[in-house]
Amino acid sequence: MSFEPHAEATRAKPAQAQSHWLRRLWRAAPTKPGQTYGVPGEGRTLPISVGAVVLALVAWQAVTALGLVAPLFLPSPVQVVQKFVAILQSGYTGAPLWLHVLVSAARVFAAFALACLIGIPLGLAMGMSPVMRGLFDPFLEFYRPIPPLAYLPLMIIWFGIGETSKVLLIFLAVLAPVTLGARAGVRSVAIEQIHAAYSLGATRAQVLREVVMRAALPEILTALRIGVGFGWTTLVAAEMVASTQGLGYMVLSASQFLQTSTVLVGIILIGLIAWVFDLSMRALERRIVPWKGRM
Amino acid sequence: MLEIRRVSVFYPGAEGSEPVEALRNLDLEIGPGEFVVALGASGCGKSTLLNLIAGFLAPSFGQLRLDGAPITGPGRDRAVVFQKHALMPWLNVIDNLAFGLKLQGVAREDRYAVARRFLSLLGLEQFETSPVYMLSGGMQQRVGIGRALTADPRILLMDEPLGALDALTRERAQELILKIWRAQDKSVFLITHSVEEALFMGTKLIVMSPRPGRITHRFDLPFSRRFLDGQSARAVKAAPDFIEMRETILRIIFADEEQAA
Ligand SMILES: Nc1ncnc2c1ncn2[C@@H]1O[C@H](COP(=O)(O)OP(=O)(O)OP(=O)(O)O)[C@@H](O)[C@H]1O
Ligand SMILES: [Mg+2]
Repeated sequence: MSFEPHAEATRAKPAQAQSHWLRRLWRAAPTKPGQTYGVPGEGRTLPISVGAVVLALVAWQAVTALGLVAPLFLPSPVQVVQKFVAILQSGYTGAPLWLHVLVSAARVFAAFALACLIGIPLGLAMGMSPVMRGLFDPFLEFYRPIPPLAYLPLMIIWFGIGETSKVLLIFLAVLAPVTLGARAGVRSVAIEQIHAAYSLGATRAQVLREVVMRAALPEILTALRIGVGFGWTTLVAAEMVASTQGLGYMVLSASQFLQTSTVLVGIILIGLIAWVFDLSMRALERRIVPWKGRM
Repeated sequence: MLEIRRVSVFYPGAEGSEPVEALRNLDLEIGPGEFVVALGASGCGKSTLLNLIAGFLAPSFGQLRLDGAPITGPGRDRAVVFQKHALMPWLNVIDNLAFGLKLQGVAREDRYAVARRFLSLLGLEQFETSPVYMLSGGMQQRVGIGRALTADPRILLMDEPLGALDALTRERAQELILKIWRAQDKSVFLITHSVEEALFMGTKLIVMSPRPGRITHRFDLPFSRRFLDGQSARAVKAAPDFIEMRETILRIIFADEEQAA
């Protein structure tokens, strides 16, 4: 009996000896004041991400330096950077790099703005009204899973090979997630909040404006982030036909001449621009919906 | 004057089962300045009754009238305090308090002036511009009560507003509600699971019983007057007749439960 506490202590030892991160797999560490305990996936990721990217770059460089892959298939990171500098200095197919970036960004953001202008009110209306939902749901759900490449020919037949068909194609890709996000946002409002507003004398319009639209904001912002991602995904398809400028055009035409490093420059640029935009959206999110997930 | 006449409520039952008779032939009046408290086992129809008065639910049979006019929906003469405060997290404390006035189109300065009065009544002066999601549960509940009061309703409807609070905070909130009730001369309908709270706060107590939900006992209560006339809450709750009454009510509720079981 008397050595029971001692036995307890020795049994506790191995757990103590376990390394810090291994223990965190089983149990969250107590939080600092102002944080919430036990939030799934809570914790800093920046150092890990930086490490992962550096590791990938090193592996890439190693694979190419050792001659394991022919440069035609995979040029080394150094070669890609050199290509980037070259395009930066002398442009690509007669247009400076900034123009390619600008043209593509303009197409994506014009389509994105249009999709917000139409998709957010439409989604809110579909969330609020069974009539609107009944009217638009079949069309939205029908076209949503169709890959934009499939209706690109239709766009070209209807709207020609100019800017209109390009922007429309991207617009359609962005519209569905934005609309669905706004519609789901309506559902995310707590029924007690709506009841409270009504019992304080709110009209239906006021409930929509002062409660539903505010409560839907986090979901809408998430949908915008997803939507603009779809926009960049569709960019290359949109610039497939009759383009002489744009990052998508650059990637496609370079691929036809097997200029792999130019293809990579284009891909990395598209990725970086989309990523920077997403970061700024997240910063915006923290500013305008600081209460997200907190109540 | 709120009049509830022979009201019955049937909820559609689960797939293939009988409809649930949540309330049967219920009669109740809530006069001006009256503080009516409802007690009863879980599922006896208290929230159903509150939703009827609030106008969220229409009775299957019977009538509800407020000053002679039938209740046809929710309105700002009947503000609700919910069990879970249901505050708007995108608004700070004072904007939550002033929310009802904003809906009525009152100018910002005017509605803040009103809301600030409640802010100090509720002991939340330092938190005027705090986001509500950073307040403690008891503070959030106080904001919820303040929000209903700021809208200046005729009747205050409260569904277990203090259930989640600790004993001390709860007693402070009880005192606060009583003082505001006295000062503003409103009618109150309060649902609680605490017999002590019911006795301490109400002028009129109804005890309800389930399957079907109905009022089985009614009492007039003297205790809140004693508090408002200057006795301490502790003294009121420790008085022999208070304790005796508490035991009586508890016996009734337990007997009801055994009968139902
Ligand atoms: N929306 C609903 N659909 C079907 N039945 C319901 C619904 N709401 C309540 N009921 C039933 O009506 C009865 C009364 O419910 P009510 O919520 O009014 O009880 P309560 O007295 O408020 O209980 P509690 O003290 O647990 O809050 C219960 O038997 C419940 O199952
Ligand atoms: Mg209830």
